[in-house]
Amino acid sequence: MSYTLQYAQIWPYLPTLAAGALLSLQIAFFAFCGGLLIGTAGAAALSFGGGIVRRLVRAYVTFFTNTPQLVQIYFLYFALPDAGFLLSSYAAVLIGMTLNAGAYLTDIQRAGFESVRASEMEAAEVLGFTRLQRIRYVILPHVARVLFPPLSNQYILMTLGTSMAAIFGVEELTGRALNINAQTFRSIEVFSVAAAFYVLITLAATAALGLLGRVMFRAKMRLV
Amino acid sequence: MLSRVISELPEFFGYYNVIFLAKAVVATVALSAIGAATGCLAGLLLAIARMTTARWLAPLRWAALVLTELFRRIPFLVTLMLVFFAFQLSGFDLPLFVVALLAVFLIASAYLAEIIRGGFASVHRNQWDAAVAMNFSMLETIRHVILPQAWRVILPPAFGFFVLFIKDTALASQIGVIELTYAGKVLNNKGFAAALVFGTLLLLYFLISYPLTRLGQRLEARLAQPRHR
Repeated sequence: MSYTLQYAQIWPYLPTLAAGALLSLQIAFFAFCGGLLIGTAGAAALSFGGGIVRRLVRAYVTFFTNTPQLVQIYFLYFALPDAGFLLSSYAAVLIGMTLNAGAYLTDIQRAGFESVRASEMEAAEVLGFTRLQRIRYVILPHVARVLFPPLSNQYILMTLGTSMAAIFGVEELTGRALNINAQTFRSIEVFSVAAAFYVLITLAATAALGLLGRVMFRAKMRLV
Repeated sequence: MLSRVISELPEFFGYYNVIFLAKAVVATVALSAIGAATGCLAGLLLAIARMTTARWLAPLRWAALVLTELFRRIPFLVTLMLVFFAFQLSGFDLPLFVVALLAVFLIASAYLAEIIRGGFASVHRNQWDAAVAMNFSMLETIRHVILPQAWRVILPPAFGFFVLFIKDTALASQIGVIELTYAGKVLNNKGFAAALVFGTLLLLYFLISYPLTRLGQRLEARLAQPRHR
């Protein structure tokens, strides 16, 4: 192998890649927030909803967690225009990731809801807590504590998942790496720098979320 | 949209298209199954490497730690590109399938190493100490004491990740491996309605993944036991 790595040609593109990393973080954040809303509603429906609602939510979760996110976005991006919905690549990726995240977060949060024991609720009732007070002082603190680690891990997995946006032409970190690769032909160099950026932003997320968890719950938690 | 899908149905499920899709399904399953199986072995080795305590093995521990942490923090698409271009530069003329397989192997070994390490950690410290007291070597301890107890903890999440790898192989279409997603893109380019093509793909992926998910869930329910600490 007679190849000399030439990172010098990549340094000028570093700010471009960094801006791409910001866009990746942005997509992950929006998709996570949207997914959290869907997931909370879905988990509530699974825990308290009627038979039909429960079955529908379960079908949604099963379908989206058992098919590739890439093909889901392909469907949104290429099939929906036939039905009259023309999505931009950014919108298609964001909607696809949000729906996908919603399914996973429904599943995760359902487990959290189930971890609240009946005796806890009864104890709160005996103490004369109203329904809202029970949610505020018993369910929420418990569920938040149980759910924080798996939700953080999902967030980090989603940050990695944003690289899929590149395939649809969104210029986030991987998309920009592909562009720079096409301009400079320094493939290994570009993609290794992009990989380093991903390691950096996920490590930063792990550290920040770990710190947040420690401050909020005064407990050491192990994250991905 | 629907009328177009229905009118194209007979042609879409013609003889050659069905064979093409069937071969693509086989490629997807082979890619994820071989990748996960070899990754499982490598993951076990990585997990064992991280359990060593000898001082002269410290570099090995560090290497195992870096490998597991690294490939769990790089998106599969980027890993795939790195492996792809590395092979291109090295001059070996390998089939694209092998290139994608290596990428799946890398992420599978990293993720499974972490699961196995978690499984090892779930076995109480006393068990390790007892094995040491009985003069078991580390490998004997893992083989006879730890693995028989840890596999219950390891197996259910491992199935979850296996499904994850199946879904990740969809990205291999980007470097030109002829698997399910690539076949879908080809059929779409031939002019079939996107809703029909990608709808079929979603269904096929679902048919591959769902039985595994169910198996994982059933194992989780069956193997779950109160932890004795």
